[in-house]
Amino acid sequence: MAEKELKNNPTTEAEEKTKEEDGAEMVPIYIMGKKYLVPKSLTILKALEYAGYQLKRGVGCRAGFCGACSTVYRTPDSYKLKVGLACQTVIEPNMWLTQIPFYPAVKRTYDITKVPPTAEGIMAYYPEIARCVACNSCTKVCPQDLEVMDIIQETLHGNIEKAADLSFDCVMCGLCASRCPAEIVHFNVSILVRRVYNYHIVPRSKQLRERVKEVEEGKYDAEIKWLKSLDRESLKKLYETRPREGDPGVELKDNKLDWNEEIKPPFYNKTA
Amino acid sequence: MEYHPLYSESMLRSIRKVEETRPKRLEEAKRGYRFEKLKPDEAEELLRKFHPDYIDEQKRALRVGPSKGERLNHEVADIFEAHSRIWSRFDEFTKLINEPDYVTDVLVIGGGGAASAAALMARENGAKVIMTTKLRIGDANTMMAQGGIQAAVTPVDSPAIHYLDVIGGGHFMNDPDLVEALVTDAPKTIAWLEELGVMFDKYPDGTMMVQHGGGTSRMRMHSCRDYSGAGIMRVLRDEVRNHPEDIQIIEFSSAIELILNDRGECIGAITYNLETEEYHVIHAKATVLATGGFGRLHIQGFPTTNHYGATGDGLVMGYRAGVPIRYLGAVQYHPTGAAFPEQIVGLLITEKVRGSGADVVNADGEKFVFPLEPRDIESAAIIRECAPVEKGGRGKGVVTPTGMRGVWLDAPLIDLLYGEGTIQRKLPAMVRMFNRFGIDITKEPILVYPTLHYQNGGLAIKVDGSTNVPGLFAGGEVSGGVHGTNRLMGNSLLDVVVYGRRSGTSAAIYAKEVFRDWGKPSLQHVYEYEQELAQFDDIPPDRVSPVLLPDYTPPHVKKKQLTTQYFGNLR
Repeated sequence: MAEKELKNNPTTEAEEKTKEEDGAEMVPIYIMGKKYLVPKSLTILKALEYAGYQLKRGVGCRAGFCGACSTVYRTPDSYKLKVGLACQTVIEPNMWLTQIPFYPAVKRTYDITKVPPTAEGIMAYYPEIARCVACNSCTKVCPQDLEVMDIIQETLHGNIEKAADLSFDCVMCGLCASRCPAEIVHFNVSILVRRVYNYHIVPRSKQLRERVKEVEEGKYDAEIKWLKSLDRESLKKLYETRPREGDPGVELKDNKLDWNEEIKPPFYNKTA
Repeated sequence: MEYHPLYSESMLRSIRKVEETRPKRLEEAKRGYRFEKLKPDEAEELLRKFHPDYIDEQKRALRVGPSKGERLNHEVADIFEAHSRIWSRFDEFTKLINEPDYVTDVLVIGGGGAASAAALMARENGAKVIMTTKLRIGDANTMMAQGGIQAAVTPVDSPAIHYLDVIGGGHFMNDPDLVEALVTDAPKTIAWLEELGVMFDKYPDGTMMVQHGGGTSRMRMHSCRDYSGAGIMRVLRDEVRNHPEDIQIIEFSSAIELILNDRGECIGAITYNLETEEYHVIHAKATVLATGGFGRLHIQGFPTTNHYGATGDGLVMGYRAGVPIRYLGAVQYHPTGAAFPEQIVGLLITEKVRGSGADVVNADGEKFVFPLEPRDIESAAIIRECAPVEKGGRGKGVVTPTGMRGVWLDAPLIDLLYGEGTIQRKLPAMVRMFNRFGIDITKEPILVYPTLHYQNGGLAIKVDGSTNVPGLFAGGEVSGGVHGTNRLMGNSLLDVVVYGRRSGTSAAIYAKEVFRDWGKPSLQHVYEYEQELAQFDDIPPDRVSPVLLPDYTPPHVKKKQLTTQYFGNLR
């Protein structure tokens, strides 16, 4: 079918002219079946804009982090569907593409403090993961090259830590869900897995909680009040003379503001 | 080894020089020596001569509004000296605002980290919340932050030392009260995120891994590999979506003007549905602006690391409603934007690369700056290194086939210092991004040049996130003052969550305890602003703001859109 369409869209004289004017090497791409000539070096996202699309959907951070611009395409030499984030994928000549800017995926609601970090815990919210037939379609379609099927399988086996780790780089673009014959929404399962893993399995930072307590008890109030009372010159001097952790010769014993003999909180001496 | 096919001969020669100097630099790094830090007077001179903020002709004094006289980059001044999107149909809008499509306790405008934190805290404090956002929830710079989030938690660190670093990095211009709240809230903010299930980098016993960022004197950068912002944003978004009964999310619906009442209190906003092109009216007892920054205005023609939606919308809305701006002329250029290959020019190469041990070296493979200076100083040093000698620079930049200049960020040093696999483990997003474009950063240096990254200033707020307009709160990048004229790495994610939370909490309390009644809905502030604009005849009638989307339609297309109506950048 692709080729038949190709013939319906011959390069026009005007298009050839654009090519000459710009000097850049132009190649044809087919946006939702429609042909456009665009400079060869562009990403899919910039090619869409070059072609004249003003994007509202299917565009986001433009740097590969937000998952807004997932794109499905084919090249003439293959029957295979390829995928990529439009902002991170350079066009291929004659590629035949469409964006999947939204996928109507189920997102369950929960209180993570009450979701046990087990297979059963996750399945209480996403029971459909038990339907995974291990076809690996999700993995094949992941633009982040994650082992998506393994995330589901590890979850089913109760290996929550492993599943959390495997899914860490997920940008939640939704392509996995679009291909799953079992109608699993891998990216929403994954965020739940990561959250319960961190809430229930990873130990809390004791150091952090001690510091929170110290702050609440006002341990640093006097020091900050003193800093706020300094004139700009003194503050500057204190800043410029401060030792930097890890620098050669710097040995820090504590967190006192006592490195500058001339500019020191007056209350230090009293307590010492 | 095989190099990228588009590297020019001179680039390859330069890479070989970087490889030649690497063993010596490795020895130095092992001894803890990276480069001399600049003395304060040297740093000041460097900034004056090479930082883009100091180029006088790039700026002008703002002529309207509460901060008249403030010198801003032309691109920013343009959005303030622009007509309201409602002005051409003002009479109809003044009627429309009396018929709300939605009524709520707290309206949160924005969809990023600050907006999500605000929505969650407003809910926790008993408010019903509507979150309206231009694109999707999570479409924000928060999602793109890589390096980390600061909080003073180790025994050799304290909120007081954090305070000093923030103030010094910001050139002592910061609002001391805002900084105090930032650094004292920091530990409990991290604890809040930890309990929401954010996957921080930790030691087996749960202690957070921390490292340096530019301008930090103690190691306090917490991270989620190099997906720190995404790690936080994905969790906040998931949690916001867990409460559909209390938090209604309206996507692709951008606020375009605030609604005040006859007492000058903010009582909501007019929104624009990007898809159906309808305007809607939301009445809210309190409103939080959390719309982020202005990177997509491409100030001084710089490429940007910012999200597609970062067009400074909230700045304009807040300013028209009477909120002054602070330090908005101070723009952050991130020292290390990608300069090669062409497809990713301007994208962020996280500071964590330098924090993890990579050197910054010139075309000859020589170090020329301490790699963790505060960002404005680091950027100015790179600009000077690349600038031609006849312009006072050093002419030691590498030139790419497309004419970009840059210096090398010698990433492979990280694995040599800390063992093979470190880069992959700590910087998976960077490895992936460059792999996609045929570069292996575990083996090859990265070509970088400063890129437009952050709005250091913004709308004036108080420590509770309130503004001078009753009922209007703001948090995150849209607000200004806390970072002075230069923000340090890791303090924006912190700002976003701290002031997102504070503004959300304050808004809920205001809605419950301070709000009296709706009064008479009014757009008088827009009318008065337009009267001010009317004094000047050089403001084109088609210059409207908020601009909502950057203008990326190329001229060859526009030329043929013979019957297309553009309203600002929007069709």
